[in-house]
Amino acid sequence: MASSSDSSTPRGEAFVWFSGLGLIIGLGMVMGLLALVLMNGATVFWAPPVPVAQVDDGRILIGQLAQRRIRAGSPADHPVYERQYQVGLRELNGNSYLWVDEAKIKGETFPADVLGLERVENGPAFVRPQSLRQSDGKVIPATDAAFETAFQAEVAAAGAVRAKLAEITRHRIGDVNAAMDKARVALRRAEDLKLADDVASLQKEIAALDGRFAVLQEEAKQVVAGGAVASLVSQDAAGREVVVPLTQVIRAWFPNRLDTWGRVKLFCSRLGEFIFDEPREANTEGGLMPAIFGTLVMTVFMSLLVTPFGVITAIYLREYAQQGPVLRIVRISVNNLAGVPSIVFGVFGLGFFVYVLGGSIDQLFFADQLKYNNNTPVFGTGGLLWCSLTLALMTLPVVIVATEEALAAVPRGMREASLATGASKWQTIRDILLPASAPGILTGVILAMARGAGEVAPLMLVGVVKLAPTLPFDGSAPFLHMDRKFMHLGFHVYDLGFQSPDSDAARPMVFATTLLLIVLVVCLNLGAIWIRNRLRARFKGASF
Amino acid sequence: MNPPSAQRIKVRPAAEREGRKDYISIRDFGFWYGEKKALDAISLDIPERQVVAFIGPSGCGKSTLLRNLNRMNDLVDGIRHEGDITINGRSIYDPGLEVISLRRRVGMVFQKSNPFPKSIFENVVYALRVVGVRDRAVLEEACETSLRKAALWDEVKDRLNDSALGLSGGQMQRLCIARAIANRPEILLMDEPCSALDPIATGKIEELIHELKEQFTIVIVTHSMQQAARVSDRTAFFYLGKQVEYDTTEKIFMNPSQAQTEAYISGRFG
Ligand SMILES: Nc1ncnc2c1ncn2[C@@H]1O[C@H](COP(=O)(O)OP(=O)(O)O)[C@@H](O)[C@H]1O
Ligand SMILES: [Mg+2]
Repeated sequence: MASSSDSSTPRGEAFVWFSGLGLIIGLGMVMGLLALVLMNGATVFWAPPVPVAQVDDGRILIGQLAQRRIRAGSPADHPVYERQYQVGLRELNGNSYLWVDEAKIKGETFPADVLGLERVENGPAFVRPQSLRQSDGKVIPATDAAFETAFQAEVAAAGAVRAKLAEITRHRIGDVNAAMDKARVALRRAEDLKLADDVASLQKEIAALDGRFAVLQEEAKQVVAGGAVASLVSQDAAGREVVVPLTQVIRAWFPNRLDTWGRVKLFCSRLGEFIFDEPREANTEGGLMPAIFGTLVMTVFMSLLVTPFGVITAIYLREYAQQGPVLRIVRISVNNLAGVPSIVFGVFGLGFFVYVLGGSIDQLFFADQLKYNNNTPVFGTGGLLWCSLTLALMTLPVVIVATEEALAAVPRGMREASLATGASKWQTIRDILLPASAPGILTGVILAMARGAGEVAPLMLVGVVKLAPTLPFDGSAPFLHMDRKFMHLGFHVYDLGFQSPDSDAARPMVFATTLLLIVLVVCLNLGAIWIRNRLRARFKGASF
Repeated sequence: MNPPSAQRIKVRPAAEREGRKDYISIRDFGFWYGEKKALDAISLDIPERQVVAFIGPSGCGKSTLLRNLNRMNDLVDGIRHEGDITINGRSIYDPGLEVISLRRRVGMVFQKSNPFPKSIFENVVYALRVVGVRDRAVLEEACETSLRKAALWDEVKDRLNDSALGLSGGQMQRLCIARAIANRPEILLMDEPCSALDPIATGKIEELIHELKEQFTIVIVTHSMQQAARVSDRTAFFYLGKQVEYDTTEKIFMNPSQAQTEAYISGRFG
């Protein structure tokens, strides 16, 4: 007897160590994940010095070091390392990335004249410039002191032309096209209904739009013609001549000449493009603005939808419903809803929201649109609204459970005090219970947001696309287009990682996009936590 | 023959006032929580504008009876009652009488002070907001009057917009009293209002009860015999859900007719 009571104490201690170990493993995995994403994601836009490497077999290559790894199958005691260089010039080298055995590299030099180019097509290039052929025909050799300034000025000029062209082709011609589509549908309808006046006026409108289209196209041609015809004559690593028209150059830098400040500026410029620009080259280059915007808008909408639904449901369950077996079953079902795989919600969203709800909306309000526009659906296809609704449904249990718990945690005395002053049940809920449980409800919303913002699978079914031509928000009424398809960071990661033609080029972008997604979710959560803390401060001293 | 307690407890003579003698009338009242019978055959009349104290050992049903007077027990599942309670001649169980309007006429102060997490001002005027009063002047007037009656005005008049949760325990309880009287109820129910307070705060609240009985009929549950003796005009003693004795406070403390009552007030049990 004595021995059993003696041995019971150390047995309890073991569990303290055990649970501590669990915590350490859990924390370690989370930290590892964050560190990996941060290291790989944050360095994508940094420009390190670029070596010219001589390889044993006589090859010479210019490229930025991308990765270093132990070759698969090499003996553990004598690991063979290999390096991956980003050599660029895809059109000449066939592949932007090259693996080389480290042992075979005879030497690396860092000549100051190595030039890095980001190009509109075919990815980056690393070359050694020879001369600059300016727009006015003058040729400046690379050895000239004026070369760099002149070169950067031409690059900037080409960039300005590209921006102007994008403005015309993407926005103004896009607007004309949208108006044209609308007019054509209206015309078909007018013809069908034999509205002679309308037909005439619509035909006139279409003619006018055609005219505007032609004018814009002409304008675009002029811009192209008036733009820089300058080009850079240079050599690649093997000494082949490479002529790069400067209209193709987005950014140019001398990686071995830059000081730290220059590198920081380049980093910021690339980061700015990444956040504020639109994607290029099958999403592997350029920016993510549409995806950031889409994720943000969708998450906010989802929260706006899920909060009232969840809170109202929880109020009913906790305050009004008769407690009993039926309610218990409802509660169990709600809790289990949280465990249903998210793709199931996607299928439901597609089957119910998109086809049934969206289809009915189209039948009711967009019948003409369907009839005269080749049955092109408006709401009867995936879109922002259906994505938000699907995710709202998916995160509903989180909000319901959190709200129920918050309501239950309001001290009984407060409830009784309100009722005793003659307040009705609803007044008590509205004036006392809801404000008092607001922080708890917001905790639920935060959890729902965190889950919703990172969800991808269901969204692929109900409205997220690889490349959306327009943002869900623009200057034309009703400004917020809930029916439009949109881009999403989570889907973008999937698309880059698995659907991209050049997986080596996509790899850094996968990490950068993942990092961005994490930052976005953290920002959304911080915002919600800030609101919650302000609410808490108002009730400080209360027992919740 | 004076019981020994008479020397210790000073009893105030009962106030003689105008008013209905059976203002609140409890008749053969019995009450069940599920299967458990908490009250049995209670019959007593509470006169208008007097203070009546309920005393008795813990668990004897004082709170249960008090909470039936404004039907707060309706919140509990599985309750049942028999007999009747009338206020000013009308049954509180009259189907035509809404519970809400009953509670507006019968204010309540709880054992544990329970201010809302709102400003002092909003706490006091809550009962008026509930009935839809919006006029700022009316609200401010009511706030000041109630806080003055609750002897709290001077302490909080400069910080009406601060959170009520920053007040001291005694102040919070007086705030709850102010809140309970803001919409001028006719009856004020107090369930051990001083049990969590220090002697000074208790003294203030007892003084308050003296002043309030000019206007309100007050029913107070208390654990302290001294308090019952100091503040009440009539006292009811309960034991195990039964009403043992109900009479003027003077009679109960000086010359109880039941041996159980005498034993209780002289501190021999409970
Ligand atoms: N909500 C409740 N549900 C079930 N039983 C209760 C409830 N409230 C009180 N009781 C029981 O009723 C009896 C009387 O309680 P109460 O009126 O609170 O006593 P007192 O206030 O005199 O101490 C006690 O036995 C108590 O356990
Ligand atoms: Mg009690």
